[in-house]
Amino acid sequence: MWKRDEAAKPTPAASGPAPAPAPAVGQPPAAAAELRTSNYATEPARAIERSAVNIGKSVVIKGELNGSEDLTIEGQVEGKIELRQNVLTIGPNGRIKAQVFAKSVVVLGEVAGNVTASEKVDIRDNGSVDGDIAAPRVAIAEGAHFRGSIDMQKPGGKGLEPKPGDVKPAEAKPSATPTAAVTVTR
Amino acid sequence: MLTDLLKWGSKRAEQPSGFASPAAPRADEPVMVSKALPKFFNLLAPRSAPLLLDFGPVVGGNVEFYGERLGCKLFIEDLIGDVDRHARAGTTGELAASFKTRFRHADGTVDGILCWDLFDFLDKASVLALSQQIVRMLRPGGVVMGLFCTSGVERSTYTKFQIVDEKNLRCRSHNGLGGARRALPNRDIIKMFEGLNVSESFLLKNNTREMLLRRP
Repeated sequence: MWKRDEAAKPTPAASGPAPAPAPAVGQPPAAAAELRTSNYATEPARAIERSAVNIGKSVVIKGELNGSEDLTIEGQVEGKIELRQNVLTIGPNGRIKAQVFAKSVVVLGEVAGNVTASEKVDIRDNGSVDGDIAAPRVAIAEGAHFRGSIDMQKPGGKGLEPKPGDVKPAEAKPSATPTAAVTVTR
Repeated sequence: MLTDLLKWGSKRAEQPSGFASPAAPRADEPVMVSKALPKFFNLLAPRSAPLLLDFGPVVGGNVEFYGERLGCKLFIEDLIGDVDRHARAGTTGELAASFKTRFRHADGTVDGILCWDLFDFLDKASVLALSQQIVRMLRPGGVVMGLFCTSGVERSTYTKFQIVDEKNLRCRSHNGLGGARRALPNRDIIKMFEGLNVSESFLLKNNTREMLLRRP
């Protein structure tokens, strides 16, 4: 009897359907951390709460994409993407064949084309960029794929005056030659 | 009550292990102190947006480091990847010819080149072809950093050098085939980089020779 009564009592961990944040409270710290980090892009997720713009898996866009909101792409885009003041997230299912201009770019899917960001380009685990990157900060995770050049010149420059005869032939044809064909693996 | 408190305390002490950073040092990834690397960066730092070539594979931490330290334009050439591809295909003899056509940079346009220990894994013809390309691409005042073994080995794995900080390099294993390492005598190194001056040379405790070569 005693045992049956005890078993019937609902414990906090097995209290059935609870409000969303409740399970984390009863979890050990590691499990709680897993919950926190299980979302593939925590920061963009917060952005989505602010102004949720999402291009779904089945959507194919050919042409020019402009906007003034943070955007997450899970579908396919071919052409040009301009979000100069906002964060662009290429989701794990996103396939981009375009020139990209944004404040910040997070890549979890595939990008073929040059990426220019005024703040940061972040290629996450399993993300892939095939093209030249221009951004003051670039992060490439273990397991990411990158092929191209990286221009991390700070706006305004930090060093001496431009050198005489400063030729930059490398900018002429992005990815015309196999500059880097690498999968970053640990 | 006291035991409960102690248990609680011990759980909290264990907590960080669950959040271990993937970049945490491993026992099989030794860290070596580099004497040449800080000098390499010091030579490049005053330059405005230097053009840097890295002949090693893409290492995310290194890319961030170059950006923070130099604000450079970076080309990761991953020649170790080329060496590995040719080794797997059994076409190592074609490597020298591929070096002659591989680089798109014009003469005298590159500020810095990180060769790492690539030359140890190349045959004579490839060593010559690559060194000629380096001399061709380097601009006056430009600098090359190379690591050279001092004794040959029949078979060795490739190494990924991860910059821990300006003075320390973590030697990570590369998943390539690896190959024989050949030791290049100093006179050969000087000969193959004809047109460059040896600016610094250090023999490290692990018997690696670090060299900085500059174009006058």
